[in-house]
Amino acid sequence: MAYNNNILETIDMIEKENLDIRTLTLGISLLDCIDSNIDRSCDKVYNKLTTVAKNLVPEADRIETEFGIPIVNKRLAVTPISILGSATGEKNYLKFAKVLDKAAEDLNVDFVGGFSAIVPKGFSPGDLNLINSIPESLANTNRVMSSINLGTTKAGINMDAVRLMGDIIKKTAYLTKDNDSIGCTKLVVFCNAVDDNPFMAGAFQGITQPDTTLSVGVSGPGVVQEALKKMQGEPIQDLAEEIKRIAFKITRAGQLIGTRVANRLNVNFGIIDLSLAPTPDIGDSVGRILEEFGLEHTGGPGTTACLAILNDAVKKGGLMAAKSVGGLSGAFIPVSEDEGMIEAASLGHLTIDKLEAMTAVCSVGIDMVAIPGDTEASIISGLIADEAAIGMVNSKTTAVRIIPVYGKHEGDYAEFGGLLGRAPIMRINNSDCKMFINRGGFIPAPVHSFKN
Amino acid sequence: MKAIITVLGRDKPGIIFHVSEILYKVNANIVDLDQTVLEDKFFSMILVADIDEINCDYNDLKDKMDQLGKKINLQIKVQQEDIFNAMYSV
Repeated sequence: MAYNNNILETIDMIEKENLDIRTLTLGISLLDCIDSNIDRSCDKVYNKLTTVAKNLVPEADRIETEFGIPIVNKRLAVTPISILGSATGEKNYLKFAKVLDKAAEDLNVDFVGGFSAIVPKGFSPGDLNLINSIPESLANTNRVMSSINLGTTKAGINMDAVRLMGDIIKKTAYLTKDNDSIGCTKLVVFCNAVDDNPFMAGAFQGITQPDTTLSVGVSGPGVVQEALKKMQGEPIQDLAEEIKRIAFKITRAGQLIGTRVANRLNVNFGIIDLSLAPTPDIGDSVGRILEEFGLEHTGGPGTTACLAILNDAVKKGGLMAAKSVGGLSGAFIPVSEDEGMIEAASLGHLTIDKLEAMTAVCSVGIDMVAIPGDTEASIISGLIADEAAIGMVNSKTTAVRIIPVYGKHEGDYAEFGGLLGRAPIMRINNSDCKMFINRGGFIPAPVHSFKN
Repeated sequence: MKAIITVLGRDKPGIIFHVSEILYKVNANIVDLDQTVLEDKFFSMILVADIDEINCDYNDLKDKMDQLGKKINLQIKVQQEDIFNAMYSV
């Protein structure tokens, strides 16, 4: 047999190196569920989700058995709820969060994303109502994920939203204080959010999307790490080449599985997100890949350069392998979800300042970072403004998913469990930025946004 | 449709017999087989079977191989061929 080695290599990737399909995310438009009565709207939402996504989990499980590749998460992404909320005249959207949670539970999907609003240029009343409903909604649901897009390269940054989100994150932390402020792990603030992201907490079905789409998030940091381990002393361009080869193979697996499931569910196949997404398991870490390049610890000098190489090579390898690439595509650096990053942060090598620099060259941003619970809201807003500015100026997606863990201090740990992992509480620079944040208004779009 | 069956573990008598017995009973046809024993200890076999005409569900075949793997203490995986074609060819 000509392909014996390929078969054994694939099995090694799955058995020893944690190759998996990280998520199948079914995006469902809820535009046809808009109603002036919130209860009627919620009924429509429940009926649509439980009809369209009825077979998502059973079909994903079936495909997993057929190909022998684990599919870790099955998720839903829906139209930003602020749009549905606007029509109702209600001020509190908890009912929407609860119906999403119930549908997710009844369908046995892991998460549903889309408790979201898109506000780069300002708020509609529905956007504000949604944002103000976030703390209570995340405290009273388990599977609902929330995201706010408050800046784009084209529109600039809504600094009123930046200020508001600092408060909302603090309130969410307080309302979930008995569980290490876990509500904040389900809330992300974006600049340049994309309409087709399959990963949480930022997935939603943007209004540019069709009625239903199935998107795939592939994974496999362990596979990359093992390959680089065998390349001691070799020049950097050869490492980049090897990463491309692996990204190609992993993406092809994602393309096959996504297409098959989409066919069986009779929905459009959307995109493949070529992101290396870590988990807290040993051998599934993006931090450890960076260390394989030759760094003693992630976070030390050289980290940003290594991450830039990794991110670029993953994209290049995956692009040819997938029919349609989208989402965030690159490498994620969520601290609490990455065994190597947890260690580097615990030892003090990885700091928030370094993470901020790393976000200039990778997929997303300050992700799953726990900070002391007594951090002021304005400090969080300052961090959001910095991240959003990096995204806006560099025409890329950036995000902040930060957890001010109530009652905990630098050096303590927050335990979130499962894929969300555990997070060392990291030091944050508390130099006051209130006067800047309280100015409000907006940051004008950069000069290179005027491309017409 | 073809299934790739891989068997890995410590060598012992009867491995091929047990695997092919299951395939015979479900009416799968072995079309290719490659088997080696490394250092007189480690058994490795990759077997390609045509499963178009099998008389049971794909999952049942997989379950039977899982049970056999547990019984004789070997790792037996059943996967559809498409995954390997997708990953290693353009």
